[in-house]
Amino acid sequence: MQDVIRHIAAEYNYSLYVILMMIGLWAMIAKNNLVKKIAGMSIFQTAIILFYISIGYKKGATIPIVEHVFQGADHAVRAVEYMNPLPHVLMLTAIVVSVSTLGVALALVIKVYQAYGTLEEDELRERMRDGTVQK
Amino acid sequence: MIWPFDLIILTLVILCALAAITVRDLLACAILFGAYSFLMCLLMALMGAVDVAFTEASVGAGVSTVFFVAAVFRCTRRTRD
Amino acid sequence: MKILGLISVMAVGWVLIYASLHFPSLGDPASPANTHVSPRYLEMGEEETAVPNIVTAVLADYRGYDTMFETSVIFAAGAACVILLRIFASRPRERYYRHVLTGVTLHVLGDRKIPEDSDAFERIDRLWVPRDRIIRTVCRFLIPFIQIFALYVVAHGHHSPGGGFQGGVILGASVILMAITTNLRTSLERIGEKTVALLAALGILIYAGTGALCLFFGGNYLDYGALAGLLHVQPVAARSLGILIVEIGVAITVMATMIAIYRNIASAGRMDEGL
Repeated sequence: MQDVIRHIAAEYNYSLYVILMMIGLWAMIAKNNLVKKIAGMSIFQTAIILFYISIGYKKGATIPIVEHVFQGADHAVRAVEYMNPLPHVLMLTAIVVSVSTLGVALALVIKVYQAYGTLEEDELRERMRDGTVQK
Repeated sequence: MIWPFDLIILTLVILCALAAITVRDLLACAILFGAYSFLMCLLMALMGAVDVAFTEASVGAGVSTVFFVAAVFRCTRRTRD
Repeated sequence: MKILGLISVMAVGWVLIYASLHFPSLGDPASPANTHVSPRYLEMGEEETAVPNIVTAVLADYRGYDTMFETSVIFAAGAACVILLRIFASRPRERYYRHVLTGVTLHVLGDRKIPEDSDAFERIDRLWVPRDRIIRTVCRFLIPFIQIFALYVVAHGHHSPGGGFQGGVILGASVILMAITTNLRTSLERIGEKTVALLAALGILIYAGTGALCLFFGGNYLDYGALAGLLHVQPVAARSLGILIVEIGVAITVMATMIAIYRNIASAGRMDEGL
């Protein structure tokens, strides 16, 4: 048990990313308001993106833009001195998809508010059960 | 990567996320979410992902915050929890 | 219910932390993520595509299919917002007009309205927005420079951090800035709804059309080296030009989608007044 705690303290960043993910997940489950749930979803998504970016990090390496070797090969490109570009590519897609999802989710929230007049989940359930739909 | 910066900005990110889902005003939630996105962009730039940090700055701290504020403007600003 | 949620979240968190005990340490160059295919992209990326920014090269050439479907996902999200809010928009219940010469404000209820091209009355927003001269003047100066910067970001995606997405979002943000500082109706006069919808479809058409053009010239789908005969360059430079063309397509679609989503959310579909 003690070396588990020592290992977690040495590699603190993974635990902090997991804590951030769990904050987002808890907001999606336990919060009553719809906009807070959407904020929790977005926190969850950006925490996962941060975790992937940390996979592509190499100590002592530079950003993945190579120097010009196209016009004359004076030295070959060594992969160990550049960061891993593959997680960056995947996470570019993920960020733009997350903003698209956020736009559609907020459009749905506006429609729910126009129909029922509230954004709290328990009040929504009561009004849906009573069958009052204002347009 | 400078590890004191990393630790401090990660702590600030977690505090921002906790504050964004705890405040009772939805407009404050949207603005805190913008601050959270900007600190996340700093973290990614610290880890050498400059393209992703650029995208997160323009998308998260720019357009996404505006979407939130516009949606809160159309609905209500008060929340019970 | 909340206690149950808290317990399950903590259980999932503990499982994830337990799994992270076996991860390679941060920054290890010999970890499995850094050793299999990404060294090949780093070493051969510039020889094969003449693009120094390896992230752009992988995004638009090596993993071009992903980017094409992601652009169509962005287009679908814009279309979903339009379908949800614009088509089933509720009618406005009241309108406010101001007589230009005397400053008298009219509050018109129901479906009656004054025609839009009348000179004596102008339409104002329901919530009084103070027309601050400083903000309006500064933004009128800033918006062209923001757009030039966005075009610079798109065009320099090969050599510096940037590319299609970032430039497209900044272009969309410039139009959103104009809509926030002046009026939603003013931005609708500049770029109408139909133009935005056509631009969104044009961007994804450019991307898929470039891939189909490569098919016509005998290569695989999205194999830009087959365009070497059309553009009269070497196949390596043809790949670089193909990456530029598809990045422009992505930028156009992303810009149009950001504008469309903002307008629909801020006006709840009615397109008359916004933030």
